[in-house]
This record gives sequence, structure tokens and C-alpha cells, in this order.
Amino acid sequence: MLLRHTTSEVKEREGLTINPAKTCQPIGAMYAALGIHGCLPHSHGSQGCCAYHRSTLTRHYKEPVMAATSSFTEGASVFGGQANLLAAIDTIFSVYDPDIIAVHSTCLSETIGDDLQQITRKALDDGKIPEGKYVIYASTPSFIGSHVTGYANMVAGMASQFAVSTGEKKDQVNLVAGWMEPSDMRELKRISKEMGAKIVLFPDTSDVLDAPQTGKHVFYPKGGVTVPELKSTGDSKFTLALGCISAEPAAIALDKKCSVPFETVDMPIGLSATDRFIMALSKAAGVKVPDSITAERGRLVDVMTDMEQYFHGKKVALFGDPDQLIPLTEFLLDLGMKPRHIVSGTPGGRFDKRMKEILERAPGANFKNGLNADMFLLHQWIKNEPVDLLIGNTYGKYIARDEDIPFVRFGFPILDRIGHSYFPSVGYSGGLRIVEKILGVLMDRQDMTANEEKFELVM
Amino acid sequence: MEQIGILEGREKQIFEKKDGGQAFDISCETTSLSGSVSQRACVFCGSRVVLYPVADALHLVHGPIGCAAYTWDIRGAVSSGPELHRLSFSTDLREMDVIYGGEKKLYASLIELIEKFSPKAAFIYSTCIIGLIGDDIDAVCRKVAKETGIPVLPVHSEGFKGTKKDGYKAACTALMKLVGTGPIEDISPYSINILGEFNLAGEAWIIRKYYEEMGIEVVSTMTGDGRVGAVRRAHGATLNVVQCSGSMTSLAKDMEAKYGIPYIRVSYFGIEDMSAALYDVAKHFPDRPEIMEKAKEIVSREVRNLYPKLQKFKAALSGKKAAIYVGGAFKTFSLIKALRSVGMSVVLAGSQTGNKEDYLALKEMCDEGTVIVDDSNPVELSKFILEKEADLLIGGVKERPIAFKLGVGFCDHNHERKIPLAGFEGMYNFILEVYQSVMSPVWQFAPRKGGSL
Repeated sequence: MLLRHTTSEVKEREGLTINPAKTCQPIGAMYAALGIHGCLPHSHGSQGCCAYHRSTLTRHYKEPVMAATSSFTEGASVFGGQANLLAAIDTIFSVYDPDIIAVHSTCLSETIGDDLQQITRKALDDGKIPEGKYVIYASTPSFIGSHVTGYANMVAGMASQFAVSTGEKKDQVNLVAGWMEPSDMRELKRISKEMGAKIVLFPDTSDVLDAPQTGKHVFYPKGGVTVPELKSTGDSKFTLALGCISAEPAAIALDKKCSVPFETVDMPIGLSATDRFIMALSKAAGVKVPDSITAERGRLVDVMTDMEQYFHGKKVALFGDPDQLIPLTEFLLDLGMKPRHIVSGTPGGRFDKRMKEILERAPGANFKNGLNADMFLLHQWIKNEPVDLLIGNTYGKYIARDEDIPFVRFGFPILDRIGHSYFPSVGYSGGLRIVEKILGVLMDRQDMTANEEKFELVM
Repeated sequence: MEQIGILEGREKQIFEKKDGGQAFDISCETTSLSGSVSQRACVFCGSRVVLYPVADALHLVHGPIGCAAYTWDIRGAVSSGPELHRLSFSTDLREMDVIYGGEKKLYASLIELIEKFSPKAAFIYSTCIIGLIGDDIDAVCRKVAKETGIPVLPVHSEGFKGTKKDGYKAACTALMKLVGTGPIEDISPYSINILGEFNLAGEAWIIRKYYEEMGIEVVSTMTGDGRVGAVRRAHGATLNVVQCSGSMTSLAKDMEAKYGIPYIRVSYFGIEDMSAALYDVAKHFPDRPEIMEKAKEIVSREVRNLYPKLQKFKAALSGKKAAIYVGGAFKTFSLIKALRSVGMSVVLAGSQTGNKEDYLALKEMCDEGTVIVDDSNPVELSKFILEKEADLLIGGVKERPIAFKLGVGFCDHNHERKIPLAGFEGMYNFILEVYQSVMSPVWQFAPRKGGSL
């Protein structure tokens, strides 16, 4: 078996990462940029970075993912990448004709010291940016943070570079989406509409990375937050950031630039986090929670009640991105399950703090983030204390197979299944889907392994 | 935005065969234009794919996490034994390492890994940032090799230092250091190395079986189910058999220069080329005619078995049109021939890394009206697929959803093939896959093919 190499003895490592539970900043920036309408992401570095990010996003979404690259060569690495980026901006506007270019840096351009702000300023001064078009940027060095950090940086870039304060407040609330699926963003819009809350959601990858088959290859699918909407975020009366790591930086940027007050809530995954989100949105938008939403909640609680005995005491290992793990862990606890091992490759004190709070209900659980918090460590922990369920992205399948653990795919990337981009995990209906998926694998396991005499029709 | 034109500066990388013999001067082996949506990758990518299948070696990526994360088990190069190559090891450089250098971290990581996994050798991949901060990875490798007693080989694959092809070369340079370090006394004079066959979905096993059946000893399948021990003995083989135009030719040339081992280029795709790959090797051993006899026997047996099965597909596929956009140009030749054998024509043929000779040969092979492209991009691909009314696109991971959005069948001939496409049985699998995709009922619902919205 593939991971036979994993040993059970856990030893401190000096920097080495084995089977990472994260990847690098630029891919997060690329994903976020795809959530702006008419935007072509641009990778300022070697061709390989752009190719890898496009491939990974393509595998996850099964959609064409367009992005341009500065195509660094040795010359650029010595003399700086300004000439490349200026030429790229020219090429992109004349050939691909996007409304916006969203440039992100790579470890290469960061190390040689390219200043994206200065270069884009120069492009503007040199008249390389046509009237009504935009170039935005985010600094996303691969040696800091993770893909989640890159997402946060690009979303913050959208806020700080587009938002304008006209002095006239609008009756709308900004919703900053943390790293979530197009289906989740679609669900957030549906919930807000149901509640009668006027929102600007950004970024918004729905209708971009779940686009319909049309017989055409459309470079800029119809979805994405528009420039006028992004500009108007400066006039919004409030901002709700969904996720302290991937969304809050944008809320802070908006507050700084346009004095829009904000509150950060967890991503609405599971019952408690969705409750808090609904209440926060109701307060921020000044709307009442309608009966229809209360009924959605009631259905989730009803299913949790019906199935309570099957969740109780089941041990779970999970890994992924911090803003998703925080509410998901809480949801597992709400279901009566026992989270035992939790790993996030993304570094950050906020995760530690929130996890500690949540895990007060689960004494003795292991959790780690940042350096060496990788799949190898998670596997070692599982070897030392086996679990009944594993939740995480596709890479978890190796551990699940080796240790024979029921496995639910959740997070990024999911390369070997569909569904994540079409069925939401947020909100009460998202909670239902998570419950259904968990129960599905647990019950399948029970049916497949029950003794002949214990095998029953009804659960 | 319905129409996007061809990129300025790319006109010379596109050629349409018209009136037989217009002057042909395709521009290739250039770097992509800044700002283009290129389908190409980098030097590191080239090195990583070539060395990836050496299964009992440690592959440590020295750099920030991305390079290791994106190449973690994406290749599908399967192993009959150890699977160390499928794990992802990274020094995961952080900001402080970039400032103060990553040599210490590399050293510590190597020592930890070698102690934990006892690999037969270690490949250390140098990424973009290492080239910039100037870590002396050669010195670290020498030190660790001395302390641990295993070969520790630096691979100079800084992403920006050229194209994917330069990465192949860096990988070959690293392999060349292993070649010549193992015992060769008991190797048969009727022996070969198989180069440039990556054992995707077990393809190397099929190829190896044919040659062994012919009575030829396969010393190493270097880059497919590869083993360090076999690579070390590779200089004991009589002939190098190189598949794929780009990736392993430089190693074959180096081995010819240093050890006098000649090499031939082959392809294992399609009946014609697969047969030639067996005959060409047999021809190299004229003093043992039974090798050729056996080769003929294998070909006739396999073709007899395959031919009737293909006829069923041919009836359905005759007249259908394909577009090909793959990594190496050599593969394109084979695919054109393979598709012709079931009555399909090729309307677009392109590669990411072809050279002038490749494209000239391609021009000779292609039908009138075929478009030949170098280093293409999604805009051109979709433009030509629609214009030429292709029914199928053969490409890699980034091309698949483009074909599907256009309502066109697709076959992955790169990383993502889950069934072997090489050899005679691979030919059957390939045509089956083409048939299943082109003839899928789903296209009738695609708006462009007459389905309504």
C-alpha cells in the first residue's frame, strides 16, 4: 500500500514537510480573481506556476481555467520583471480583452523585488491600461502562508483597490466570501435573497466555475462580482467577513479605506455557525429572519435528531483549510461526534485560538497548523489513535485506504469526485448535505461489514 | 467577446498546409510571449516528470511548498514494488529561509528522510527561488552522500532557466551520474534500456514483455517503474531505445558518447509504430535471426488479434476529424497514423515542445488543410477546433474541459490516462476510448451539435 512508509512514532522534524496539507499563495489569488466578472488572472513568474495552478483548478472544477503568465526567463530574473509585466498587460488587453487583469506575484518575482504597485502604476501612466479597464494586484509570495493566504490577499486587493466612498451610504451589506465553492457562493446569495437582505458578495465564482455547456468556449463566463458592485462596497453600511483567515483582511481593508464597519463570523458550515451567520446578517441588513429560513433550520435539526444515535461518540480525523475546519469541527461536536486529530497546513494564531475554544468540548484532541502540520503527521496520529471517519480533500484517500477508514471528501482540492462545485456545504441545506455524506459512508461501512445475522433491512 | 484573434507575434508559430508546398518556416523552440495564456510549463516540471518514476529513490523538492504540492502523485507512473516516489517531500521554505538561505534546512531534511526511508538514491530538485538565493545544493548533496553512503543527486531545475525541455536535460544529467556505477558482468549482449517510457497505467510492463519475449534482456526501464540499481547498470546494455522526442534523447546521446551505446528512436503508439519499435530493435541484433523471427511472430499474432476488433470501430469513426495538441511532437506522428488506421483524419496537429525537424516531418505527414501549431493556447485551439469541425481533441488536463465545453469528444494522452494506450493492447484501448468519446450520446444535447438550449 502506498503509505506503508508512514511510521507510527511521531518525531519533531526540522522543517521538512511530507505530504503537505496546503499549497502556495498564488493559486488562491488565481481562484479569487476568477470571482470577478470579466477578469483574467495573471501570474507574474515562471510559466510553470501558472500551468500548475491552472491544472489544479481545472482538475478540481472540471472547467476551463484561463490565466496568463509573465513567462519569466533568466533575463527577467536578473533585470527584474517590470518589462515582462508591462508587455504582458499590453498583450492581454489587445488580445484577450478582459475588463480586469488581476496580477499576483510568485516566489520568484517577490524575491527579485518586483513591486506590483509601482509597475501597475507605471502601466497606467504609460497609457497601457485602456479607458474603463483595470489592473489590480496582490502580493502573494509562496514562502509565506498558504493558498488560503493568497486568496485572502487577492480579496483584500479587490476591496482596497476598487472600493470608493461617495459619502452616500447604500442600504446594502458586503459579504466577503472566505474560500468556498461556487455552489456555496450561490447558496449565500439565495439565503440573502430569501431574507430580503441586500448584499454585495465578493468574490463570487458561481456561474464562472460551474458554467453551463454551450458549445462555445467562453473566455469570461457570465458570473463574477462586477466592477460597479465592487466600487459600491465602499458605500455599504456594514461588512460581514465569513472566515477570520480568508475573508477578514478584505473587511479590514474596507474599513480602513472607506470606514465601513465590519464583523467577522465563521464560515456558515453546520448548525451553530449558520445560526450565527443568519443572526449577524439579519442584524447587519436590518431584516427579520423569515419563516422559510427557520423551517430550513428545523429540517436540519430534525435530521440531526433522527440520526443522533449513529453519530454519537464516533471518532473523526479531519484536515484542510482553517476557515472550513473551525465550523466543521464545531458541527461534528454538535452532532455528538468526537474530533480527535485535526491538521491544517496553513499557519496562523487565529486558528489555534478558535480551535482551542471549540475543542474545550473534546479534551485530548490533537490539532496542529503551520510548519510540519502535514498529512504524514495526521497519518501518524491516526496510527496511534484510530478513528471511525476521515474528512478532508482528495489526498486523504491514501490514508483512508491504508487504514481502512470511511472517508468524506471536503475542502480543496477534490480531484476525483464531483459535487463540491454544485451542491453547497454552507447554510442549513449545506449542513444537511454534510450530514447525509457522513451518514452515507458510515452506514455503507456498517452494511458491508455486519455479520450475516446482524445484517438488517432497516437501520 | 466572441472572437479573439491570433496573438501578435505568434503568426509564425501557426502554419496551415495549403496547396501542398508553400514555404514552411514555422517558428518554434521559443519562449512564450509575456501575457499569453500558454499551455506550457517550466524547467522544474520537465525534470520532475522525467525522474518521477524512479520508484525507490527519494525525490525532495527544495523550495516553497507549491512545487512539491502540485507534483504530488499527479503522474500516474505506477510501480511494481516500492512507492517512495509517490510521496511528496518538500523543504517548505519560509520567509526566513529565503533571507538566510535554505542549505541547513535542506541538509537536515535530507538526513531525516534518508534515515527514515532508506532510499537507494536521492534526487534534490532546485526550484526558481533556489537559483535566486544561491543555495549551494551541490555542496549539500556531496556532504550528505558522503555521510549516508547513497548517491544524492542535485537536479538543477530552476523554473525560469528555460523551457520544460531544459528540465528534461537537467534530469538526464542527474541520471547520467548514476549510470556506470553498477555491476554489468552478467548482462547479455542482447540487451537494451527502455528510455522515455513512463509506465503510465503500466505501459512499460507491456513494452518490456514484448522485448523479453523476443529474447532480449531489458536492463532498465529508466523512467517507468524505474529502479536506482537498474539505472546504475544501464551502461551494460547494447542498445538504448528511446521513446518520445524530447525527454530522454540527451541521456541517450551522453551514453553514446561515454559508453559507445547506440540509440534508436521509437514510438509505442499505434500498430505501425509499435511494430517498427520491435523490428528496429531486432535489426540491431542481426547475428541472432531468431530475435527478428520472434518479433514478426509477436506482430502477426497481435495484429491478427487486434485487426478484427478495430473494424467495428472503423465503421463508426470513418470520416471523423481529430485535433491533436500534446507535449511531444513525436507522439503526434504516431497518433496521426493510429487515427488513420480507423479512417479518421487530423485537422489540427500541435505540440508544446516540437523542433523544426519535427514540424517539417509533421507537415509531410499531414493532409491538405491541416493546421500545425507550436506552443498553442486555448483561444487558438478552440478557434481551429470549431473552424475545422473537429469531432475529437487529444490533449492533456487543461485541454479536456475546453473540448467538452465545445461539445467535442476528448482523449487524454498525457498524465490522466488510467488505461495503457501503448503497445498493441494499448492501441485497442486508445481506439475504444476515442470511439466511446466521439460516439457518446451526450453530444446530441450540446447546443452546437443541434441540441436546443
